[in-house]
Amino acid sequence: MIKISQLNKSFGDLHVLKNIDMTVYESDVVCLIGSSGSGKSTLLRCLNFLERKDNGNIIIEGNEVNPRTDDLNKIREKVGMVFQNFNLFPHKTVLENIIEAPVMVKGVDKEKAIIKAKQLLKKVGLEDKSDVYPSKLSGGQKQRVAIARALAMEPDIMLFDEPTSALDPELVGEVLTTMKDLAEEGMTMVVVTHEMGFAKEVADWIVYMHDGRIIERGTPEQFFNHPKEERTREFLTATMLK
Amino acid sequence: MPSFSHFFQILMETKGVFFKAMLLTLELTVVSILLGIIIGLVFALLKISNIKILELISDIYVYLVRGTPLIVQIFILYFGISGIFLLPDFWAASLALALHNGAYISEILRGAIQSVDNGQFEAGRSLGMTKTLTLRRIILPQAFRRALPPLGNQFIISLKDSSLAAFISMNELFNVATTLGSNNFDEMTYLLIVAVYYLLLVALMTFVVNRTELKLAVSDR
Repeated sequence: MIKISQLNKSFGDLHVLKNIDMTVYESDVVCLIGSSGSGKSTLLRCLNFLERKDNGNIIIEGNEVNPRTDDLNKIREKVGMVFQNFNLFPHKTVLENIIEAPVMVKGVDKEKAIIKAKQLLKKVGLEDKSDVYPSKLSGGQKQRVAIARALAMEPDIMLFDEPTSALDPELVGEVLTTMKDLAEEGMTMVVVTHEMGFAKEVADWIVYMHDGRIIERGTPEQFFNHPKEERTREFLTATMLK
Repeated sequence: MPSFSHFFQILMETKGVFFKAMLLTLELTVVSILLGIIIGLVFALLKISNIKILELISDIYVYLVRGTPLIVQIFILYFGISGIFLLPDFWAASLALALHNGAYISEILRGAIQSVDNGQFEAGRSLGMTKTLTLRRIILPQAFRRALPPLGNQFIISLKDSSLAAFISMNELFNVATTLGSNNFDEMTYLLIVAVYYLLLVALMTFVVNRTELKLAVSDR
């Protein structure tokens, strides 16, 4: 569904993504892991064009995307994103957060959008919070609302940028459960995460990045139990996963 | 120094004429602030547009307005424009005040807009919202909330700046005070009286701004 080839991205002198090749198929759950500075968040953000690539190709659903001429807004309607810092709209209630984009971007009838929003809230376990403002929610609740908000646009693919990194350990579980449910429903997901337990259990593919390159890619079984590259082994040892 | 009973007597006697002047002062202030917010918003958006020529236009405007005294601006607008076409003095004063406020307000709004976390903008974009839609629905509402204290401040400054309209013969508070004061050879009393009126207006404005801040803060705290 998404194919990246020879992607390069630099911030000034810093060459952050080096000749990245990656393919994500429908219903795949891909976990991008690696240390800070490896480029995994940047790669994720290139997938919805929040970051502009310097060169290389990004092919979505068989069509190569040209950031200069194509309507990126239309593409972003189909690519949902969940941020580490939730980024809920503080001046709107939970319900208003979720219906904002469907109503204002897709022109969905407000009443219909509210019905859908309530269904999504039920799905993430927060149906009683619809008229609450984000400031009154816990981190885990905020993130689940953020997931519902992204799902409201009925995306083909969901991107998660370290969704649990800013959460208290006790609140991580509820968010991972929601993500696991989503994966089991067949959503295509690309997740940047440090939660190795989640990656082992839910991912179809683990992609390990270091210093701007993809070092190794494999199923959880292959990756954690039979890593091929030296760098991968070092990483797994250092994170005490071996 | 005049006695307090004298002061109070004149205060009561002149209620009518000062009240009328006070209304004019308020009109000038409110109109110039509202226009100033519109002008300020336009130039703030130009400044953050990332288009060099638009940023330059904004910089020039802000520099010219902040770099010259308000009284000079009022005179230029009033005497200059009336050479070209007849601008009624209320609108000359209001326009000059609005353009003046606009420069300061544009910096207030620019700061407020830029203080909104970039993640808000990214969240809007990632949902498929255009830059304009995100600005309108997500960024500006939050920015205005943050801009209220400095905007309230500008409101009060603008009230006092309106006194300069006296110099183009408008019968606002300051003009009435100095005219009556010199006619009655009693400048001090009338100046003190007009100070009371200004204090009342500022108290009223402060109250309104505080109430607005409280109302809008419901969602945040």
